[in-house]
Amino acid sequence: MVNNNEQAHSVQEMIKTNKRKNNLLKTSEKSVPIFLLFCATISVLTTIGIVFTLLRESITFFSDVSLADFYLGVNWSPWSGKFGVAPLITGTLLITFIAICVALPLGVASAIFLSEYATNKTRKIIKPILEVLAGVPTVVYGYFALTFITPLLQGLIPDLKIFNALSAGIVVGIMIIPMIASLSEDAMNAVPNHLRAGALALGATRLEVTFKVIIPAALSGIIASVVLALSRAIGETMIVTIAAGASPNLTFDPTQSIQTLTAFIVQGAKGDTTYGSTIYYSIYAVGITLFVFTFIMNMLSQYISRKFREDY
Amino acid sequence: MQIHISKSRMKRRIALNSIFRILFFLATTIGLVFLSLLLIRILNQGLGYLTIDFLRNFPAPYVEEAGMFAGIIGSLFLMLLTAPIAIILGVSTALYLEEYAPKNRFTNFIQVNVQNLAGVPSIVFGLLGLTFFVYLFQMGYTLIAGALTMSLLILPVIVVAAQEAIRSVPKEIKEASIGMGATKWQTIWRIVLPAAVPGILTGSILALSRAIGETAPLLIVGAATAIYTIPDSMLSKYTVMPIQIYSWTSRPQEEWQFVAGAGIIVLLVILLCMNAIAVWIRNKFQNRY
Amino acid sequence: MTDMISNQQNENSAIDDQYIFDIHDFNLWYGSDQALYGINMGIEKNKITAVIGPSGCGKSTLLKTLNRMIEMVPNVNTSGSIKYDNADIFSKKQMVEDLRTQVGMVFQKPNPFPKSIYDNVAYGPRIHGIKKKKVLDEIVEKSLRGAAIWDEVKDRLNQNAYGLSGGQQQRVCIARCLAIEPNVILMDEPTSALDPISTLKIEELIKELKDKYTIVIVTHNMQQAARISDKTAFMLTGELVEFTDTDTLFSNPKDKRTEDYITGRFG
Repeated sequence: MVNNNEQAHSVQEMIKTNKRKNNLLKTSEKSVPIFLLFCATISVLTTIGIVFTLLRESITFFSDVSLADFYLGVNWSPWSGKFGVAPLITGTLLITFIAICVALPLGVASAIFLSEYATNKTRKIIKPILEVLAGVPTVVYGYFALTFITPLLQGLIPDLKIFNALSAGIVVGIMIIPMIASLSEDAMNAVPNHLRAGALALGATRLEVTFKVIIPAALSGIIASVVLALSRAIGETMIVTIAAGASPNLTFDPTQSIQTLTAFIVQGAKGDTTYGSTIYYSIYAVGITLFVFTFIMNMLSQYISRKFREDY
Repeated sequence: MQIHISKSRMKRRIALNSIFRILFFLATTIGLVFLSLLLIRILNQGLGYLTIDFLRNFPAPYVEEAGMFAGIIGSLFLMLLTAPIAIILGVSTALYLEEYAPKNRFTNFIQVNVQNLAGVPSIVFGLLGLTFFVYLFQMGYTLIAGALTMSLLILPVIVVAAQEAIRSVPKEIKEASIGMGATKWQTIWRIVLPAAVPGILTGSILALSRAIGETAPLLIVGAATAIYTIPDSMLSKYTVMPIQIYSWTSRPQEEWQFVAGAGIIVLLVILLCMNAIAVWIRNKFQNRY
Repeated sequence: MTDMISNQQNENSAIDDQYIFDIHDFNLWYGSDQALYGINMGIEKNKITAVIGPSGCGKSTLLKTLNRMIEMVPNVNTSGSIKYDNADIFSKKQMVEDLRTQVGMVFQKPNPFPKSIYDNVAYGPRIHGIKKKKVLDEIVEKSLRGAAIWDEVKDRLNQNAYGLSGGQQQRVCIARCLAIEPNVILMDEPTSALDPISTLKIEELIKELKDKYTIVIVTHNMQQAARISDKTAFMLTGELVEFTDTDTLFSNPKDKRTEDYITGRFG
């Protein structure tokens, strides 16, 4: 046939002989997708596992402590049997509030600088620094809050407790700056250049373009990034465990020692809690509260950024 | 007159622009300032305690004898177990989603699920590990329970990175392979995966460097704070670097904070190396097509 | 020439041995959009068949159907039949990988793998189970010679194919295709991404390959079709308008539309 047969054996002939021998190929062709699908379902099983764990143990908890006592109670001292979660929630909110007060202006300002003012060269220096900041382990941030920020603030506010919400909140804020900065910058970069050029051509300054054109156009993206950062702040554990204390106080005074939802989970799971005790189950009730908070925030953020994508 | 007013107004607008440019710049540099303060502070406090003995010793009740050996080895072993589990699961999931998954609601569900998992606080993964690995599967407070928890924690990060890497392999070279009579899996194994390896590697190293700094979930699944032997099996007790740092930080005497500082230096140096490798891989293999 | 491959051929078949592809009443839809309408065409062995027509006329679709690469596109439906070597290419018995092993393809843009030149050419034999280094060496050299690029690359076989010029890359891709000695080579505008000198080299190469291979080439360039092909098909909006000897088609087109196209009235 049309084959090239200068060789003793044509390649096609060799292929044919090999094919007859090779059943492995057919088997792997069929089994590989099944294996991959199995792996892909692990992530789904993880979610199911999380929800199942939190629900099952919480239900056990709520058979001991009523939902009303848990969510309406204002006294959290589990070792004396008082399970009112309000102090942990206010503690979490206080930290989150302080964090966002730090991170929102600084994060958005960084995003504006990077997207609207910085030259390529500056951007190439600053972005890796922000990445490094995002990669610092939280235990290091916690150490820094406790051993540096707190003594520093005590110089300004003499009444400040050693463990306090203020310094933990500030450091959580710094931790989430890179997240707000980079996601907001993405949103601002997505604003089409002709809008920018159009406004500049009319004689507007960079600043006016930023506030009158860029920020309004990128607003939903910026909000989405902030909501996501809020979720991160709510779920942050080590900084608050180390620097904010372990005193569940129902207070909004940032100079006081408080406890967050996450910090209690660490305290409750670490060491002396016996498996099967009410305190053991309480960490899951606190866990599911935390999970619902962050889940809603994440969904909200995704929803906002999806809507934003439709705009262009 | 009219022109004069508008000129002064113009000046004001330009001045305002310049002021804000500086403000924005200062806001951006606060991150840098903070990072420098942090590094200086830690070097200042920890460098004096960073000795060969510190790297070689087990924990001790006295500052002079305290060491990080158990934590370094524990972190290393934990990563040696976590990395293959998370990377195999993550890359397989990504391959399924990118190459095999039919476009249906289940696929979409897996995809959304991966994104949501990435946003779950790490401490919740700790609770998952506590229920399933520690108690239900009766692994106890062991290395393998910690490694499995960590694998699930970084799984979404690796899936997303691997998906991006696989998606960036040009369709043309896949077609070339299919066009020669290669089967789908041959094409994936011989063409797609090798081309996606740098991206997968970069993403995996970054995910692992996140895992190596994680503390909270390991506190929940029972990594010990003080341990005097190195793990000799997957069912050994263990500790890791960040947990040792945490335990030193939470001691009231000031000198323990210096020890913590020394521990942080070690941790940060390791993280820096991992990041440098990831960046190096990324730059070396960038824009190959 | 021995008849190794044609052994598999159905001896009882009455179909003329002259044709390697027999396309009969073939229709193709992308989803609900019909792209090919009632194509009837026989592709002769050891000839160069060119398919010309304006963009979007379905010539690439037709070409990609011949080795079923079209199935990479989701939602493709077909009716009618295409026979390769007297066997229906869409039949359940036909392993698509076997078809593609015998019907090779060269693409529009040079698409070497990000591997060494050697590994590029050895890829086909390797995936089909040929592992012996000596045999592979032989195949690689023969294929690169066959694609008229051996002399240019013999000293740097282990270098990445991406370091070559576009024209060289395309010839490596042709060598890669030759390495498994297919019966047919499909070429999808193989020179459209290349400069005139590289184009000329590839055209000469295609003419040489004709002795051993059946070649089907899609081109938007009428002069190219006229220069190299034995038979030319002209397609328009999914229909095969005219298919005959190249000389006849260009000198004496029967259809008004063909005449309009080759005289440059549209397209």
